[in-house]
Amino acid sequence: MMDYDKYLNKAIRDIPLSPIEKVSLLAKEVGDCIVLGVGEPDFKTPWRIREAGIQALEKGKTWYSPGLGLMPLKRAICEYQKRRFRLDYSPEEVMVTVGGSEGIDMLFRCMLNPGDEVILPTPCYVSYDPIARLCGAKVVEIPLKQENNFRLTADELKAAITDKTKILVLPFPANPTGAIMEEQDLLAIADVIRDTDIFVMTDEIYAELTYGEYQHVSFASIPGMRERTVVINGFSKAYAMTGWRLGYAMGPKPIIDCMATLHQVAVICAPTTSQYAAVVAMNECDDEIDAMRRQYDMRRRFLINELNSIGLPCYNAQGAFYVFADIRGTGMTSEEFCERLIRRNRVAVIPGNAFGKAGEGFVRISYSYSLDHLMEATKRIAEFLNDLKENK
Amino acid sequence: MEQLLKLLETNPTLTPRQLAVMLCRDEKAVKGMIDECVSKGIIKGYRTIIDWEKAGVNHVKAQIELKVTPKKGRGFDEIAMAIASMEEVEGVTLMSGGYDLLIEIKAKTFQDIAMFVFKRLSPMDDVNETATHFVLRPYKQAGIMFHEEDEDGRSFNAL
Repeated sequence: MMDYDKYLNKAIRDIPLSPIEKVSLLAKEVGDCIVLGVGEPDFKTPWRIREAGIQALEKGKTWYSPGLGLMPLKRAICEYQKRRFRLDYSPEEVMVTVGGSEGIDMLFRCMLNPGDEVILPTPCYVSYDPIARLCGAKVVEIPLKQENNFRLTADELKAAITDKTKILVLPFPANPTGAIMEEQDLLAIADVIRDTDIFVMTDEIYAELTYGEYQHVSFASIPGMRERTVVINGFSKAYAMTGWRLGYAMGPKPIIDCMATLHQVAVICAPTTSQYAAVVAMNECDDEIDAMRRQYDMRRRFLINELNSIGLPCYNAQGAFYVFADIRGTGMTSEEFCERLIRRNRVAVIPGNAFGKAGEGFVRISYSYSLDHLMEATKRIAEFLNDLKENK
Repeated sequence: MEQLLKLLETNPTLTPRQLAVMLCRDEKAVKGMIDECVSKGIIKGYRTIIDWEKAGVNHVKAQIELKVTPKKGRGFDEIAMAIASMEEVEGVTLMSGGYDLLIEIKAKTFQDIAMFVFKRLSPMDDVNETATHFVLRPYKQAGIMFHEEDEDGRSFNAL
């Protein structure tokens, strides 16, 4: 019998099993669950985007694309970013990636040396931490607070900076909290790092999913920040294109060029079919995005209101498609809460600690589901909370 | 108003309070809008969509194409209203194309529908021609899929 463990990279082997995995297994075991767990749109990719992909296949455009991406797509990305977020990049400063997540991986691997520190406001998307650690970097978490609407404050940032800090990650609008950063919040962050050597990775994959009176502001649009920022974005969330695996990174040319070298070695290029489809997404689909955003926004208001009225406090999240409900009043840990909710009332949500220790005491509930689904789920959660009260 | 109607069309069980939250309106205003829509006949009623096959209840549905002679000055309205008032009839729609009226009918047996066409529709003065199509199996109705193909294919682990 081979001892496979000894062949495996220890650092990767040591990445712990995510609580998401545990919840997923339990939901399957219990069966017939209403799941509010996934982090991807329930909408199908708009038809005209799918059609462009089909046409590219019909025409036999099935070769590798240029490593950094198709030029028409890179131009379309630049125009789109200018139109939507006041960002001014040239195609040479754009790299098309395999989903936004490849951009994160490439940037960390291009910039981090052992001993460097990465500041991570948590709870946050699960990929940043392990990738930074695999690069030998030290992760410095800033636990974000509900009383600040899970936004990062200048004081919190100042307290986390050391002479080893290399990258600050700004993951807003945020998964799992749904938090956003308004312009004045970003200005305060910019003031802290302006006279330092700190570089910023701003993950704006949920930029289009910003609700109410708010409009997403890119950190790279803050005066003086463009030169020290790489913007990560992609097609998965706003265009409901998760399975197409397509994203992009924008930043100073020397950084993008280094990322391109690694990208070329690691994956050669992003999927060509997806890139042809994405040109149509960038150029012709503002209306489709708008329609999806309006649907999410109605569901968001419905869900936050329902959860608050059935006794599960939930702050007013303004972005992405998640609400982050406060379960501390139940006296349970996040994982206990999720496990009991599945077993008793067959609703699956994600424990907040899956996104960092700061998520303990909360659960992530996705509203990337039909209203019918959300109505049934909130009914079951209400029954669950009532039973808890009665049994106390 | 349009947004409210769209929500009610697909989710008639939403309460005025829930609708008000979703539409950023006041609950009282939403109630008022719904009442107004009902009194003006904009909201015609609320129905439940049932997969009768799954429920194990047998009945027969048919769609009947009619070619009719419109009346001078009244167009198709007179004959359409006369057919719509028959209680067996579930739907009457004026169509463009190869025929004039589409009649939807539900009955217990094929024989009942045949008799309805034979005894009630065909003898009407203005009916020139009928073509009866029996419904074999619905796959989607009012935007709702009736079979399993539309299941959520997303992976639970999507982050």
